[in-house]
Amino acid sequence: MSTPVIAPVIELAGLTKAYNLGTPVETEVLHGIDLSLAEGEFAALIGPSGSGKSTLLNIIGLLERPTGGRLSIGGRDTASLSEAEITQLRGRSIGFVFQFHHLLPAFTALENVMMPTIIARGRADDEAEATALELLDAVGLKAHALKKPAALSGGQQQRVAIARALALRPRLILADEPTGNLDTHTADDIFALLREFNRQSNCACLIVTHDPRLAARCDRIVRLVDGHIADDSPASA
Amino acid sequence: MKFRLPFAPLVALRFLREGRMQTLLILAGTTGGVAVIVFLTQLITQLQAQIVDRVLGSQAHVVIRPAEEVNRRAIDDAGFASIIEPRAQRLRSIDQWENIARLAADMPGVTAVSPVVTGPAFAVRGQASKSVALMGVDAERYRRIVRMEEYMVAGRFAVDGTRAVIGSELAKDLGIRMDDKLRVALPNGRDELLQVGGIFDIGNKDLNRRWIFVTLPLAQSLLDLPGGVSNLDLTVADIFEAQPVADRLRGATSLTVESWMQTNAQLLAALRNQSVSNNLIRSFVVIIVALGIASVLVVSVVQKQKEIGILRAMGASRSMILQVFLIQGAVVGAVGSVLGSALAFTLLNVFSAIYRNADGQPLFAAELEPRFIVMAAVVATFVGLLSALIPARRAARMDPVQAIRS
Ligand SMILES: Nc1ncnc2c1ncn2[C@@H]1O[C@H](COP(=O)(O)OP(=O)(O)OP(=O)(O)O)[C@@H](O)[C@H]1O
Ligand SMILES: [Mg+2]
Repeated sequence: MSTPVIAPVIELAGLTKAYNLGTPVETEVLHGIDLSLAEGEFAALIGPSGSGKSTLLNIIGLLERPTGGRLSIGGRDTASLSEAEITQLRGRSIGFVFQFHHLLPAFTALENVMMPTIIARGRADDEAEATALELLDAVGLKAHALKKPAALSGGQQQRVAIARALALRPRLILADEPTGNLDTHTADDIFALLREFNRQSNCACLIVTHDPRLAARCDRIVRLVDGHIADDSPASA
Repeated sequence: MKFRLPFAPLVALRFLREGRMQTLLILAGTTGGVAVIVFLTQLITQLQAQIVDRVLGSQAHVVIRPAEEVNRRAIDDAGFASIIEPRAQRLRSIDQWENIARLAADMPGVTAVSPVVTGPAFAVRGQASKSVALMGVDAERYRRIVRMEEYMVAGRFAVDGTRAVIGSELAKDLGIRMDDKLRVALPNGRDELLQVGGIFDIGNKDLNRRWIFVTLPLAQSLLDLPGGVSNLDLTVADIFEAQPVADRLRGATSLTVESWMQTNAQLLAALRNQSVSNNLIRSFVVIIVALGIASVLVVSVVQKQKEIGILRAMGASRSMILQVFLIQGAVVGAVGSVLGSALAFTLLNVFSAIYRNADGQPLFAAELEPRFIVMAAVVATFVGLLSALIPARRAARMDPVQAIRS
C-alpha cells in the first residue's frame, strides 16, 4: 500500500459494536471494521439490509459509541473525548443527510439550513444567513427559502437537507440512503449535488445506498456483509 | 441589524408556536390558575385590611391600665377567669402616669400616646336618661389614637370648658342637636351641664350611644380622679407589632397592658384561619397548574423526539436541549401570569360591581396591587420552570439515534 498523500479524515481500526451488552440477547452487529477515508474521497457504502450500514454510519457520525476498536476523526482519537467534546466535534465537522430528510417542521428552509450554525455559534448572524442563502441557491431552492418543509416536495426537502449538511463546511459528509425514497430522476439530481459539493469543498463523503447504479458513480465502493467489510475497491474496477 | 434570538429561546418559542393546541391548553390552565390565586389573594387582603381597619377605627392599638391586683388574686383563688368581676365602682388612676406616658412615647414603634379618664355616667335630658361612658381626653392627642375628625357629622372634635362631643345615636335618643345643653350625672352624686360642640358617627351604634367626650380636667373632677388618668391609649407604627410593644411595656411597668390583638383575639384567629385556607387553595392551584404544565410538556417531549434527535445530530448538547424545554415551561408561566393577572383584574372589576354593601358601596375596590402581579409573575415563571424540569431532563437524556431511527 502506498503512503496516503493526504491525511485520513476518518480512520477505523478493529471497530466493533454490540447491542444489549451483558444481556442474554447480546448481539454483535459490527465485527472489527478497518476503514479509512481520505480528504476528498467519495465512497459508497453498500450491503444487504441489516448488514450494519446505518450502525456504522452512526458510529462514524459520533451519534453512537463503538463497543471496541478505534475511531479517529481528523487525527483525533474519539475514545478519550468527553460527551461535550463529541457533541461539538459532531456539530462542526460532520454533516448528516438522512433517508427521510429529517428537517425541523417548525422552521423554514432557510432556518433549517442555518440551524447547525445557530447551534455552533449560539445564535444566527448575518453571515450565517448569507451562507445559508448561497447554499439554498446552489441547490436551486433560493425561491423557497421561506417555506416550511411541509410545503416542499420530497426532492426539495432532501436538497434542503443537503444544504443544511453543508452549512458549516464540514470535513466529512455522511449520508444514509439520501435518495432512498425519491424517484430515479430526483435521486440522480440529489446524487449529482452531493458529488458537486464533494468536488468543490474536497470533503470526504460516505454514502449508504441500495442503488448499484449510483454506487457505480462513486470513487470507491465499500461492501458490508453481516458486519464485516466483504469488499472495498474502486468503483470503476 | 436584525434581532436574533439565541438558540434555546428560538427553538423553545418555535416549539410552543408549533404545538398550538397544547400550548393554548397549558396557557389557559396557567392563566386560570394565576387568575384564581391573584384574585383570591387580592380579595382576601383587601377584606382583611378593611376588617382590621374597621376594628382599629375606634380602638387604640395598645391600652395601658392600672395593675389589676385584685383580679389577679381572683384568678389564683378560683382557678378560672370567669369569676372576675370588674370593680366598676372605684376607679383607680395609673400611678405616675406622666412618667409612664413618657416611657411609652419613647418606646420604639410607638407613634402616639394619649391619656384618657373614663368612667360611667348618665346623660340626662328632660325625663330621658341614658347610661354613657364619660371620656376625658386631650382632643389634640386623642385624634392620633382614633381619627375622630373623620367621623364628625356636626361640629368639630374639640373639647374645652363644658363643651362636649357626643355620638349620633345618643343625640338621636335624647333629641339633642348642636349647641344644645345636656346634663351628665355620676354615681357619686356629681353632675355637670354640658354643651354639645360636636356629634360623631364612628360606624358603631354602641359607641355612638355611649361615648361622651369632655376635657381631661372635667372628667377628672367628675370621676373623683384629680390629676389621675384611668388609661393611656397608644398608637403604634405597625399594627401587627402591637403585641410585642404591649409585652415590652408590661415588662417595663408591671401595669396591665393590652394590645388590640389580645382584645380581638377571636377576630385575629378567624383572619388567620382565612389566610390558612387561602394558602391551602393557592397551594393546590399551584400544584395542579404545575402538574398540567409538566404533563403537557412530557407529551411534547415524546412528540418532539425526532426533532430533538435532529438537533442533537447537528451538534446541540444535552444542556441546550434541557434549556429548550425549561424555557418553554418558564414562558408558559410568565405569559400565563400576565394573562392571569389581567383576568384577575377583570374579575375584581366584575365582582366589585356585583357585590355591594348595604349602603351601596362596593364590598371591595376593583384595584390590583402591583406587588401581586409581580408575585404572580415570579411564582408562575418559577413554577413553570420547575414543572418543566422532569420533561426537560427526559428530553436531554434522549438517545439521538433512537430518535432518528424511529
Ligand atoms: N438499538 C439496537 N438494538 C439492537 N439491535 C440493533 C439496534 N440497532 C440496530 N440493531 C441491529 O443491528 C443490525 C444492523 O442494523 P442497521 O440498521 O445498521 O442495518 P442496515 O445495514 O442499515 O440495514 P438497512 O439497509 O435495512 O437500513 C440489525 O440486525 C439491527 O436489528
Ligand atoms: Mg440502514
